[in-house]
Amino acid sequence: MVVTFWVLALAAVVFGFGVFRLNSMAQVTFSLLASFLAVAGLVLLLGLGYLGVVIVLMMVIEMVIMAIFMIMYMMNPAGLMPMAMYHNKPGAMTISVGTFVLLATGILLVDWPQRTGAPAPDPTFALGRALMGEQMLTMMTLGITLFATIVATVVLSTGRGRYDRLGDDLDARSADDPLGGGVGR
Amino acid sequence: MDDPVTVPPPTAALAWWWALLLPLVLIVVAWSAAAVDAAVEARAAGRPGGLTVPAHEVTRLLVGQRRRTLAADPVLWRAGAVVLPVAAVLAAVVIPLGTRPVADLGVGVVWFNAMEVLAWAAVWMAGWGPNSVLSLVGGYRFVAQGLAYELPHMFAIITAALGAQSLRVGDIIAAQQDLWFVVIMPVAFVVFLVSAAAMAFWGPFDAPVAGDLAGGAASELSGVDRLLFLGGRWLLLTAAAAMAVPLFLGGGAGPLLPAWAWVLVKTLLVLAVLVWARRRFPTIRMDRWSEISWMVLVPLTVAQALVVSIVVLAQGGL
Amino acid sequence: MTIELFLLAAAGLFAIGLYGALSQQSIVMLMMGLELMLNGVILAAAAFWYFLAPAGTEGQVLIVVVVTAMAVEMAAGFAVATAIYRARQVDMTDGAADLKG
Repeated sequence: MVVTFWVLALAAVVFGFGVFRLNSMAQVTFSLLASFLAVAGLVLLLGLGYLGVVIVLMMVIEMVIMAIFMIMYMMNPAGLMPMAMYHNKPGAMTISVGTFVLLATGILLVDWPQRTGAPAPDPTFALGRALMGEQMLTMMTLGITLFATIVATVVLSTGRGRYDRLGDDLDARSADDPLGGGVGR
Repeated sequence: MDDPVTVPPPTAALAWWWALLLPLVLIVVAWSAAAVDAAVEARAAGRPGGLTVPAHEVTRLLVGQRRRTLAADPVLWRAGAVVLPVAAVLAAVVIPLGTRPVADLGVGVVWFNAMEVLAWAAVWMAGWGPNSVLSLVGGYRFVAQGLAYELPHMFAIITAALGAQSLRVGDIIAAQQDLWFVVIMPVAFVVFLVSAAAMAFWGPFDAPVAGDLAGGAASELSGVDRLLFLGGRWLLLTAAAAMAVPLFLGGGAGPLLPAWAWVLVKTLLVLAVLVWARRRFPTIRMDRWSEISWMVLVPLTVAQALVVSIVVLAQGGL
Repeated sequence: MTIELFLLAAAGLFAIGLYGALSQQSIVMLMMGLELMLNGVILAAAAFWYFLAPAGTEGQVLIVVVVTAMAVEMAAGFAVATAIYRARQVDMTDGAADLKG
């Protein structure tokens, strides 16, 4: 168990470093994914089966999509011509090292309280109960937020609005789309 | 360590050495399906035999040389080929071989789905690695296809979990003692099969490795890498077919034969349907399939999940 | 395994992410940094849940919230990056500093 912890924790941090050390954007993305998978392993190690597996599921999907955008918006996606794209590197280094030192001091100096209680026999079930019970408001807020995100991101990122698709008076019989699609609209 | 982490003990799992046998079992099932598939193809082409084609292919690929391309990304390229079969075997650990799985996880169906999704990363990496246009286009195609079909796939799986009120695969089988879920939730079953084929870029969904891209994501793979990639695809398909059995077809339930035999028979039947579908339907363009998924399958599966949850509530569940 | 070790690992991830978010010019790399910071938060939340209050579910709910925040962050970030790129071919943060005081 202790060995697993050290392996996973080191992997999470090393692959995290890799994100800003590697040149190829594809490798950067999958380095971040590896860091996430290591953290998912640590979450599993703590007995949170559902959340650990969901992190794996979500992060694989998220990072594959991330890779597409990485390659779309980077000048040098494959890292064949290494280039440095930084600003204020010393400042950033100072701030982040300072943050780590501050956090580490706090972590080591705080007198952590004793563990109270034991995990529920099935933490997944307890989480579901909580989300559908006393944390219902949290869950509903998350749901609305995600829905708002879907609408907002589509509106922001699309280059074509309804007037492009259906004409100036929105009276075209079928939408003018660059790709047809399978439902025959 | 003064504070041992509480890991729930695996209650109904097979002995640990089954973990070593599981890849073998998967390979044997996938191999027989591939052999029959090759025999059907040989017969359609008017050639005799065909049953030995998988053996020939495996031997040929094992001794084949690795193709090299200019400015390739070997790390991701090799990783892509290796991850695919590994993901298939990992996905299969929660499937009961008979009555008990190799690992009896409390969140079995989520685990299965998470491991299946690793195939996305694998195919994209295999497409990206060789620094070749056609294979990268194939990788991108699979990302779009996976994204479109992951949602119906997830909803179909969750509907079965909903009917059993548990994420554990064993509980889902137990809930089907009276009536198989395929009867209660036919839409979810059909969508599961369709999306399982899409997740394994199989049958009419094989645009990511289609001929119009000279093999797509697999176009630059050769030798052992190609064997791992294409074999991994067969394994993934087999794992998905085997998962349909506990989710919708009552697991090992059946007369006369023991549970493991029924699981095998049902798995082979589902696999036969998937293999038949590839021969029966042509590859359909990506844009068509994607829109069908978003506009038809997602609403259908949501409606199916809603119906099942209302029935569960009406029967006094939770 | 103690809470200190878990939190130190989380703090390490957070600090690396912070460095990336502050120093990278590319919008996409900046978002990688943010994701890495949230990665640390997930680990810290899981550790707090396990070592301090395993009987409750607040720690688990916090992880759900953080995972959702990651999805929202990435979707919104890429939507903004796409919009700004569409408008004037900007893919670096320095090119979009109009509102800088």
